[in-house]
Amino acid sequence: MSVVCPVATLQNLRGLTNGGPMRDMMLLVEPMIPGLRRYARALMRDTSDADDLVQDCLERAVSRWHQRREDGSLRGWMYAILHNLAMNRLNQRSRRGEHVPVDSVPERTLVQEATQESAVHGRDIVQAVGRLPENQKAVLLLISVEDLSYAEAADVLDIPIGTVMSRLSRARARLRDDMDGTGQAAASHLRRVK
Amino acid sequence: MTQRPINEDDLQAYVDDALDQRRRAEVQDFLDGNPAIAARVAVDCDQRQTLRAAFAPVAEEPVPAQLNLATIIDNGRRPQTRPWRSAAASIALVLAGGAGGFGLSMASTPATAGIASLAQEATDSYSVFAPDLGRPVEIAATDEDQLVRWASRRLDREVSVPDLSSNGFEFLGGRVVPTPHGPAAFYMYDDDLGTRIVILARNMEIDKEAPMALGRNDSVSTVSWAHDGLGYALVGQLESNELHDLANHARDQLQHST
Repeated sequence: MSVVCPVATLQNLRGLTNGGPMRDMMLLVEPMIPGLRRYARALMRDTSDADDLVQDCLERAVSRWHQRREDGSLRGWMYAILHNLAMNRLNQRSRRGEHVPVDSVPERTLVQEATQESAVHGRDIVQAVGRLPENQKAVLLLISVEDLSYAEAADVLDIPIGTVMSRLSRARARLRDDMDGTGQAAASHLRRVK
Repeated sequence: MTQRPINEDDLQAYVDDALDQRRRAEVQDFLDGNPAIAARVAVDCDQRQTLRAAFAPVAEEPVPAQLNLATIIDNGRRPQTRPWRSAAASIALVLAGGAGGFGLSMASTPATAGIASLAQEATDSYSVFAPDLGRPVEIAATDEDQLVRWASRRLDREVSVPDLSSNGFEFLGGRVVPTPHGPAAFYMYDDDLGTRIVILARNMEIDKEAPMALGRNDSVSTVSWAHDGLGYALVGQLESNELHDLANHARDQLQHST
């Protein structure tokens, strides 16, 4: 599929006078979309809610492109927009009394079905993450799954880096407790994990 | 050579492979001498891998057409109508109304008059439109003149749009909304993180002049006031003091324009 837009289209974009920003957006933002979808899915749990959220995030990023900090992390900026939208949305959801109980969500909406034993373990951990407090969940996902640096995660969540570290530590402690018994086999893998 | 003691942050960074080579070796030595902690860290490493593997398939799915970036750029920031979603939203609204209201308004005893009532009406409108991803505003900021003409005609007086961009909030657009006290102008803004705030303005029967009053309901703050018979309420998921600053800025502009 062609991603090149005609010049006439570019001129419709606010604040754009040439193809530069447009090309930047395509080159820099498009590769992030799979990761943004993954983070949105982990927070919202529902596929279509998550994709609506990512769409809104992309629309905002496009319309606010001129406002981003040139020296800041673009990835951090994108995840911050998405995270903020997700929190607004989840707040509204809880205020309206909508609940998506963890156990009622078919896990295949989140994790591909697989026959391997590790997939069973995967479902357990996804559910355990779902039970984490929202702020610990965000830190854990941004760092462990989305590979943001500690500094980027601190920016996304607008908290000091020390808070990121303590939430990460608490999230992992809680997961360990929650998964107690299923994670025992891991103890011998330490040397293997690099 | 003395070595900095190993701390909890080092252990987390070990799990995330975020240590430089030397520190990583020091942590590894420490773990070799502390099997209990090593076992704990091993569980963390294993869970991290399991979690990544569990979510990996999402990022491997083909990206749906809805998220085609070229199309999104092409559409710019014009609000898009998504008919299927608007229809779904109307149905949801009716159901929510039938089932006992919009949460916020029904959760507390509704104020029935004055700027307290205005704050409540603003909160109601905010909770309907601010989370709307598809069509939060009916007329976009690009057609501000048209919006102001519409609102001013329905309120029978000039209702201008305060500029909050120096506070980081860009005007998105708005609409006219109903309240128990007649039509109100509804103006929405957002910042670069997507936080939305709303100003609601309508004519006041009572409280024609009122100083600013702060309110809070769950995570939603309001600031309401009235001047020269026109009442304003600013509402958003911000701390009261942040919203208060914005309200001061808005009020300064509105009073100078009248």
